[in-house]
Amino acid sequence: MSLINSAPEMALTTKVDDLLNWTRKSSIWYMMFGLACCAIEMMQAGCPRGDLERFGMAPRASPRVSDVIIVSGTLTLKMALRTKVLYDQMPEPRYAVSMGSCANCGGLFQLAYSVCDGVDRVIPVDVYVPGCPPRPEALIEGLNKLQEKIQQEKWIVRKTEPVGVRA
Amino acid sequence: MALDAAAIHTALRARFGEIIGDVAGTGTNASASVPPDRIHEVCAFAKTDPALGFDCLSNLSGVDYPKKSAIQVVYHLFSYKHRHHFVLKVDAVRDDPVVQTVSDLWSTADWNEREVFDLLGVRFSGHADLRRILMPEDWPGHPLRKDFVEPEEYHGIPTSRESLLKA
Repeated sequence: MSLINSAPEMALTTKVDDLLNWTRKSSIWYMMFGLACCAIEMMQAGCPRGDLERFGMAPRASPRVSDVIIVSGTLTLKMALRTKVLYDQMPEPRYAVSMGSCANCGGLFQLAYSVCDGVDRVIPVDVYVPGCPPRPEALIEGLNKLQEKIQQEKWIVRKTEPVGVRA
Repeated sequence: MALDAAAIHTALRARFGEIIGDVAGTGTNASASVPPDRIHEVCAFAKTDPALGFDCLSNLSGVDYPKKSAIQVVYHLFSYKHRHHFVLKVDAVRDDPVVQTVSDLWSTADWNEREVFDLLGVRFSGHADLRRILMPEDWPGHPLRKDFVEPEEYHGIPTSRESLLKA
């Protein structure tokens, strides 16, 4: 079956911002950044049952082509410095998702000498996903929240800086 | 033939005399103390003597004893050939702990000694590559010492977080 001549000529009307944001939110590429057990759930979210690909989300092995960093797991102070470097290497607009109790606040290990008490100590976080570890469904809901946030951003006419862009 | 702890202790005493301390503990936990500047030759003998045949260093760890002003390095020896165990314990001076390396006898001791150096500050004389293995290179102090005080911040990252469980 061909689409040619299957419908009369048609035009869609939309706002430029909405169209741009619709395309952006439909291809969020997340960086492969597994730190601990949460990473297993993140892999599940990308596998056929969770199937993040249906939202256009694909894992990327380089920060240079990633839109979002999912910090999944216990962040040690040693890794926190590397996380900052990787986040700085991502092109803007960029987003960060904090997955699980450890990335949110240090979780079970927050009194340990080597653990950073939350990834928001190092990089700005857009979405926090609670759980220890969160189920893949919870992560997917968190990423859907991020899509909603992206859809709200203004690019053509803006009164304030979009959340994803930072100096 | 598997030897019991008393027989292993007798064999070590017969070779080294009174520098081998009395047997403490029973079964696989039976142990004897060795001076820090003799541990290498004792281990070399335990490994090469055909009756002892300790071909495996199961574990090498360290304990801090501030009250007796010592840092104890613990060697768990095992023989695959004879299926017997023994434990050697070395008390190093807490202010300036120096212990002979055994990494040339069992290469697993290489990383184990680096860990004890990293977390407790024991220097292993003769070790080829004595660097920190877990903590960052610029980390202050040795965190498994009982008097270790966690720094307020690390590279601008605060290391404590206000509790959410305030009454």
